[in-house]
Amino acid sequence: MHKEVLFEMMRTLVAIFISLIIAFIIIFFVSTQPTEALSKFLIGPFSKIRYFSNVIEMSIPLIFNGLAISVMFQANQFNVGAEGAFFMGAVAATIVGITMNLPVGVHSIFAIICGGLLGGFLLFIPAILKTKWNANELVSSLMLNYILYYLGIFIINYYLRDVNAGYMVSYKLNSSALIPKLIPGTRLHYGVLFAVAMIVIIYYFMYRTKWGYAIRMTGLNEKFAEYSGIRVNFVILYAQIIGGIIAGMGGAIELLGMYTRFEWQKLPGYGWDGVIVAILARNNPVLVPLAAFFLSYLRIGADLMARMTDVPSEVVSVIQALVIMLVAAESFMAKWRHKMVIKQAKEEISMANGGNSR
Amino acid sequence: MKILEIIFSTSFGYAILRVTTPILFAALGAIISDRAGVINIALEGTMLMAALWGVIVSAFTHSAWLGLLAAVISGILMSVILAYFSLNLKTNVVLAGIALNLFASGGTIFILYLVAHDKGISSSLKSEVLPQLTLPLVDKIPVIGPIFSGHNILTYIALLAVFLVYILLYKTPLGLRIRAVGENPDAADSVGIGVNKTRYIALILSGLLASFGGAYMSMGYVSWFSTNMTAGRGFIALAAEAMGKGTPLGTFLSSLLFGFAGALANNLQSLRIPSEFVQMIPYIVTIIGLVIYSSSQASKPRKFKEE
Repeated sequence: MHKEVLFEMMRTLVAIFISLIIAFIIIFFVSTQPTEALSKFLIGPFSKIRYFSNVIEMSIPLIFNGLAISVMFQANQFNVGAEGAFFMGAVAATIVGITMNLPVGVHSIFAIICGGLLGGFLLFIPAILKTKWNANELVSSLMLNYILYYLGIFIINYYLRDVNAGYMVSYKLNSSALIPKLIPGTRLHYGVLFAVAMIVIIYYFMYRTKWGYAIRMTGLNEKFAEYSGIRVNFVILYAQIIGGIIAGMGGAIELLGMYTRFEWQKLPGYGWDGVIVAILARNNPVLVPLAAFFLSYLRIGADLMARMTDVPSEVVSVIQALVIMLVAAESFMAKWRHKMVIKQAKEEISMANGGNSR
Repeated sequence: MKILEIIFSTSFGYAILRVTTPILFAALGAIISDRAGVINIALEGTMLMAALWGVIVSAFTHSAWLGLLAAVISGILMSVILAYFSLNLKTNVVLAGIALNLFASGGTIFILYLVAHDKGISSSLKSEVLPQLTLPLVDKIPVIGPIFSGHNILTYIALLAVFLVYILLYKTPLGLRIRAVGENPDAADSVGIGVNKTRYIALILSGLLASFGGAYMSMGYVSWFSTNMTAGRGFIALAAEAMGKGTPLGTFLSSLLFGFAGALANNLQSLRIPSEFVQMIPYIVTIIGLVIYSSSQASKPRKFKEE
C-alpha cells in the first residue's frame, strides 16, 4: 500500500517533469530570450509577494472546481458542467449583491449560499437526464455549459447592465456583499478560508460518511454497488448535485472576492481547470489544494513570462494536456511498477525462506 | 409569422446545408471511431487545430488546397496522439480527449500569436478559401437550385462522405473489422483481427473527417480563424452521432436537424428576440435530441455488451 502511494507520486512527478521539458524545448524554439523567459516562468511567482499572492488567489477557484469535479468523477460521472455552474454561481452572487441590502458578512454568505444552490440545481439537470433517460452526462453537460453561458450573459445584459460603464459589465455590487481582503495590499481574500473549509468538509464527506462511501463504491463498480444495496441512481444524482453546489459556491466566492462587478465576457474556463486538478489529485480532496497550487503557479508563471518576454502564456496548455494524459495513462511506467512488485515479492520469498532455514 | 417566412425561404434551405457541413463531417468521424469502440471526444480540438493550420498554410502558400492538406495532416496527428495514449498507454479515452481539447484550445492561440501576432483572430493573414461550386443544370431548377447549388466544395464532399462512410462500414473488409472490434474486441481478437491496429485506423479516419470540418470552418464557412471558433460543434457532432444510432443515414439526418437549429439561430438574430436566447437554440435542441434518442434506446432490451 505504501509503495503504491510512492509509485503514484513518482509517476506524477515524472509526468510533470516530461511535460515541463517539452514546454522548455518549445520556449527555446520560439523565444529570442529563452533563459529570461524560463526564469520568469519558473521563479517569477516567488519574486514578489504580490505575485505569490496571485498564485494563492487563483488557487481558490481551482480548488472549488477541482473538488466539484473530484466528487463527480469519484462516482464515475463525467459531468463537466462545473464550468457553467461556476459561471452561474457568480451570476447569482451578482444578483444578490446588487439587488439586496444585508449586513456585512451575512450578505456575502447569503450570496455564496445562493450561488451554491443555483449550481446544485443546474447540475441536477444532466444528472436527472442520465438517471431517468440514460442521456450521456458528458454531452449534455457540455451543451448545458453553452446554454448557461448565454443565459448568464442575458441576465447581466438585460437586467443588471451598467450602461454608464462603457462596456458590458454589471452595476457595482453593494460593498456589504464583497468578501474582504485577508492581506491588505494584495487581492488575497477571505475566500481562501472557505476553500480550506470546503476541502476538510469534502474529505470528511467522502471518506467518513455513508453517503461518500456510496459515491466511491458506485464509481468503483456500479453493479457491485447495486447488488450490495446501494441505490446507484440516487448516488449518481446527489454526487452531481453536490458537485454543482461546490462549483456554484466557488463562482460566487470568486466574484465577491476578486471583483466589484460582474465582468466576464466569456466562460472563465475554471471548470475545465477543475478536470485537470481532479486528475492530478487522483480525485482525492486532500491532494486537490496541491494540484490547484501547482496549476495556479504554472499559470501565474506563464503570465509573468508573457508580460516580460516574447513567449505567449498559452504554452501552459501544452504542459496541461501532457500532464493529464501521462498521469491518466495506466501503462505509463507500468514496467517500472512491475519490476518493483517482482522485487518486493522476491524479497518476501527470500525472507520467508530465510525464516524456514532457521 | 416572420419566422415561418424565414424558414420557408430558399436561402434558409441553403443556410441549413451550410451550417450542417462541419457538424456532419465531425459526426461521420464520430461514427467510425465509435463503431470501433473508442469515443473520440477530441473531435472538437481536432477541428480547431485543422481550422488554424488550414488558414496558416493557405496564407503562406497562397493555395487553399495546400491549406486543406495541412489541415488534414494536423487532424490526423491529433488522432494519432489520441490513439497512442488511449491504446498504447491505456489513458482513459475520455480524459485523453479532454486533454487534447484543452491543448487545442490553448495551443491554437499560442500558434496564432506566433504567426499572426494576434490572440483573437487571423485577419492579418491573407488566407485563401476553398472554391464554391455551381452545379450545372441543377442551378437552373427553381427552389432546388438556390438550395443545393453554389455551396463550398467541402459541403458536397460532406454529402458524398455520408455514402463513402456507409460503403466503408458495410461493404469493405476494413468496415467489417471496425464493427467487429467495436462490438466484441475479444471475439475479433480471437479470429485474428488486430484490435489496436483497427482502432488506430478508425481514429485516424475519424480525425481526417473532423479535420475536413475544421478546414471548412476557416476556409469556407468564414475566411479567417478566430479562437475557439468551433464553438462546441465537435460535441454537437457526438450528440448527432448518438442520435443517428451510429448509422451514416441516421447521423446525416440528425446533423441536418442541428444544422436547422443553427441556421435558425443565425437567421433569428434579425428578429426582436434577445440574441442570447437565439444562440442557445442549437445547444438546447442537442440536449432534447440526446434525451429523446437515449430514452428510446433505454426502453429497448439492452444489447449484449462486453463491459
